[in-house]
Amino acid sequence: MVPIKEIQRISEYEWEIPQSYRNEMRGAVRIFATRRLLEEISGDKSLEQAVNSTTLPGLVGNVLVMPDMHQGYGFPIGGVAATRYPEGVISPGAIGYDINCGVRLLASQIEYESVVDWLGDLTTSLYQHCPSGVGESGEIRLSEAELEKVCVEGSHWTQKKGYATEMDLRRTEETGRIAGANPSKVSPRAKSRGRPQLGTLGAGNHFLEVDIVEQIFDPRAAQEMGLQEGMLAVQIHCGSRGFGHQICTDYVREFQSVVKRYDIELPDRELVCAPLDSPEGQNYLAAMCCAANYAFANRQVLTHNARQAFEEVLAGKVKNWHLFQVYDLAHNMGKVEDHKVNNEVITVCVHRKGATRAFGPGSPGLPPEFSKIGQPVLVPGSMGTASWVLVGTQESMERAFGSCCHGAGRVMSRSQAKKTIRGENLRQELIQSGIHIQAGSLAGLAEEAPQAYKDVDAVVQTVSGAGIARKVARLTPVIVIKG
Amino acid sequence: MISQAPPDPLSSQAKPPHCLTPAIAVKPLFDCLKQCVAQEAEGYLKQTGFREIEHTADRELEVWAPDMAQLLETAARGMNVISGVLTADQVPQSRTIQFQNADPETLLVDFLNELLYFVETERLAFDQFHITETGGIWEARLSGKPIISQEKEIKAVTFHRLEVRRTEQGLTVNIVFDV
Repeated sequence: MVPIKEIQRISEYEWEIPQSYRNEMRGAVRIFATRRLLEEISGDKSLEQAVNSTTLPGLVGNVLVMPDMHQGYGFPIGGVAATRYPEGVISPGAIGYDINCGVRLLASQIEYESVVDWLGDLTTSLYQHCPSGVGESGEIRLSEAELEKVCVEGSHWTQKKGYATEMDLRRTEETGRIAGANPSKVSPRAKSRGRPQLGTLGAGNHFLEVDIVEQIFDPRAAQEMGLQEGMLAVQIHCGSRGFGHQICTDYVREFQSVVKRYDIELPDRELVCAPLDSPEGQNYLAAMCCAANYAFANRQVLTHNARQAFEEVLAGKVKNWHLFQVYDLAHNMGKVEDHKVNNEVITVCVHRKGATRAFGPGSPGLPPEFSKIGQPVLVPGSMGTASWVLVGTQESMERAFGSCCHGAGRVMSRSQAKKTIRGENLRQELIQSGIHIQAGSLAGLAEEAPQAYKDVDAVVQTVSGAGIARKVARLTPVIVIKG
Repeated sequence: MISQAPPDPLSSQAKPPHCLTPAIAVKPLFDCLKQCVAQEAEGYLKQTGFREIEHTADRELEVWAPDMAQLLETAARGMNVISGVLTADQVPQSRTIQFQNADPETLLVDFLNELLYFVETERLAFDQFHITETGGIWEARLSGKPIISQEKEIKAVTFHRLEVRRTEQGLTVNIVFDV
């Protein structure tokens, strides 16, 4: 545990654990938090994990942690670390097992008031069209050859199969296809896990949610994104399923000996890594890109299925039942990007684990319509509470390697949540507050109770106050689908 | 500190499968657990068991056992409890897996991840274990049944702060599971 007295206040929204805190640190830990959020996160091991992360060889600048930070394994959730490319390292554990876990937001011109009577039917239809829960398979059965195409082409594979529009791809991080994927670097085990799972949500904190756009804060940005007050929107939160889990498992295992080969000493074996310019580092990067592309394709197939559900229930009842993409972005990923550090543009590998990319206006890789406003940043709240749409800023580029928070962030353990919250009671509370819900497990529902998470409004106020993102819209849920 | 030098708890004692009661309150998941005689379980718990440790986002188990083979078995039982698996009342199925000798932590992660792979790809959960080590090769003969329901998906077994520690009773380890 890092004592609070060791943490220096930089501003109302920023704190620092200086590099001098421990000898082996290669940079400081910069924390985006209010005092209250800082006190909350100092109750677990997340700050210690952030300090450990500063020992990664080739670290550039500081390890950053977002206000939704909480304890993970090895690298904290909400952490961002950039390593110099190509001589620095890449660490699979600093990206996470669910590679390219991420969020997609779809908007609509469906007025909430006009479809209130059909929300129950829509809930059932979404639950039927979007497989969720532990061990669930999708309708698509990929051959090994098709899986390899998904690995390389990502969302572009789904477009060829009729699951995606051009706009979907344009409004996805990296257009849903990261270059550098090589399926030969993926184990047969990972492939066997990946083949039946495309188009599935999974379980845990993954969800599909229908929201109302409750309030607009930045009309110009909202207009560019197609968000209008009172209209429905859809969020899809999931990742690369067993395919990504196995790839990370394989490489964390392999890197246990790789660190010895390259004389890398680390305070935690889950932080194992390899130099980016080593064969081992390159192999992981190529495999990670396969999982990232799989996850983009996964969310795209779910998008297609959600559209089918909307059409099935609302066609003929409302004039326009279509869902169009706002944005899709990853929050567990390692990305090779150029950033300006000390007035010099350098290439780095940005590890974001439980943190999103948040590129500011004019950044490369943004669709033309977002070039002036900055990249949309999607921050889902805990179940039953608000979610936020933000945009990246120039400040996020200068101070956070173009990164931002990814959600509310847990504050209560899963076992504690199950002890104190009854799933059935929670389900009834959500229903009484006007939220339709379908969940595979009541115990799983209890684990994801709002009380187990921080206040997402406070998290968003922090990144907004710190200047690394700007508020665009606040969403509130009306349908929740959970595994 | 070990009170008696031999046997080394990090090597297998090739003991027969044991029934045990988990140290946290859960409903019995397997026939084996149901058959446990309370008295036997009470005495056994002193040497072998597991309990859940609070973790903000993931799940953590503390596991203890007299030797490495039983530590592997007990950790597997603990993982079954975290998964919340319920199995069908069918004829048990057997599988055998082998591992190269490695450091105790790697062995533990390899073994548990192997079981997770069976859970996901074959929908099989094991409740009988016979684990031996011969000449640096570990072999686990497993017996289990098809899963009919599973409460929690475990993504992976992590190396986070993983250290198999020797105690006077044998071995103990804390394992963090990504869920």
